[in-house]
Amino acid sequence: MPNLHEKSAAELAGLLRDKKISAVEITKSALERINTLEPTLHSFVNVYPDLAVTMAEQADRMIQDGSARPLTGIPIAIKDNMCLKSRKTTCGSKILANFTPPYDATVVNLIKNEGMVILGSANMDEFAMGSSTETSCWGPTKNPWDTERIPGGSSGGSAAAVASCQATVALGSDTGGSIRLPASFCGVTGMKPTYGAVSRFGLVAYASSLDQIGPFARDIKDIALMLNLLCKHDPMDSTSVPVQRSDFSTFLDKKPSGMTLGVPVEFFNKLSNQDVERSLTEARKVFEKLGVKFVELSLPSLDYGIAAYYVIAPCEASSNLARYDGVKYGHRAENFDGMIDMYCRTRAEGFGPEVKRRIMLGTYALSWCYYDAYYLKAAKIRTLITQDFKKAFEGCDGIFCPVAPAPAFKIGEKIDDPIQMYLTDVFTIPVNMAGLPGISCPAGFSSDGLPIGMQIIASHFQESKLVQLVSAFQRETDHHLKHPAI
Amino acid sequence: MKITLDQVDYVAALGRLALSREEKMKFMGQLDDVLKYMDTLSAVPTDNVEPMAGPVELFTPMRDDTVNPSLLIEEALANAPASDGSSFLVPKIIE
Repeated sequence: MPNLHEKSAAELAGLLRDKKISAVEITKSALERINTLEPTLHSFVNVYPDLAVTMAEQADRMIQDGSARPLTGIPIAIKDNMCLKSRKTTCGSKILANFTPPYDATVVNLIKNEGMVILGSANMDEFAMGSSTETSCWGPTKNPWDTERIPGGSSGGSAAAVASCQATVALGSDTGGSIRLPASFCGVTGMKPTYGAVSRFGLVAYASSLDQIGPFARDIKDIALMLNLLCKHDPMDSTSVPVQRSDFSTFLDKKPSGMTLGVPVEFFNKLSNQDVERSLTEARKVFEKLGVKFVELSLPSLDYGIAAYYVIAPCEASSNLARYDGVKYGHRAENFDGMIDMYCRTRAEGFGPEVKRRIMLGTYALSWCYYDAYYLKAAKIRTLITQDFKKAFEGCDGIFCPVAPAPAFKIGEKIDDPIQMYLTDVFTIPVNMAGLPGISCPAGFSSDGLPIGMQIIASHFQESKLVQLVSAFQRETDHHLKHPAI
Repeated sequence: MKITLDQVDYVAALGRLALSREEKMKFMGQLDDVLKYMDTLSAVPTDNVEPMAGPVELFTPMRDDTVNPSLLIEEALANAPASDGSSFLVPKIIE
């Protein structure tokens, strides 16, 4: 069957059910696509053809004996920070270059039980710290729409793999925009679910109060299927919230007429890129035609989002990353003089510059004389940001805004300017601060052909509204159906 | 406030990072820039605002205290840079 790799998970599932194709055929087609494109894109840290084919054979058996589930046989890429038993999980870092987890992350377990096919681990910024996938110790991933540009980060490998049809769907994690930003830059759909909706057990921690796992796909139908799989309570994660979730697919055909989207003036005042502005204006018209109302609203504390985030996230990171000491796992320096020196050299050799920078920043902000001025202050501003959102959702079903101030930038453009790099996340960070669900969906292209995403944010555990809105939008538009000419 | 080289040394020692002189000089400037940006936070009035540690209401999930399978010793040690088959090995810390 031609162009198998371009089909959505929903389409492939239909073909598998009707026995028109086998999971092994789908997997081989994906592996072939990966072979062709990897030298150019570098979406993966590791590709596992043997594992993928074995899992596909298992999927075909499930289909034969009638135990197939909705996503059985669908190829998936997993971000390199989710534990995959007996395979390397490196987190894009030299310090974990040889780490082979002795257990599966809960999301990996769910994927295995579903009979999905794991193709490999997707490239990412080291420890998910970055907005461009350039800080990976394995080298950058290229944007499939323009290989001189970054794919966004930190889940850049996952986004590039889905955009280039190397994988049908992918998993990413989002601490300050790490799913939504690369989804926007690569022209795919990506969702960060509510904090606590998807288990973080087995996800290598960056900033635990902000991290959340979520799916990438080319079509919202596949996002709905993935949410059905992922959004489950997990006793292994004490922040996993025990809520009963309805079938997200039932929201795909619900009309959005009568729904209200809020437009935060603070976000739109910041926009200076004409392509982003035009794409958002056109997207708004599509929604208006569908009967969605728009109201202006104010989120005054959002201006402080980035500053507060870049206090809180590095503080949590400096504490979380203390575990990399060269004792239980990971790299250990060869030459050292005593225990403390072993720690210091091990960490200096194993961590890259951005990770060191954030450890330094977090350690500084948590040191006794600065705790009140930085961490405590930022934690209070986090309360204000959350209150802003709460108030906003009294008058709307979702908040409509850009994902990023501009389309994908060039490789190397911002790597030595931390503040410019951090500002890329201005529209995505507040969502993590408040723990809200947010989705990035293709909304147009720049004059030079780069994808531009729109973001919709909902209140806690209202992912179904995002599915409903984006589904209606994708039925009216074809941005999400366009493929990069790679 | 300007970050000094002494402060960079102090923080690197706290964070257990053996930085080169070159790295220290680079971080000194970058930390200064970033912290200047963070100082915008001080303009926000936050009297009577409670700090927020996380987005979900924290509760302590309870479960039955039953014995469940856990990692085997070999599995737990498999990734260790140095072990003797039953323990992690570290440099001597007590003379």
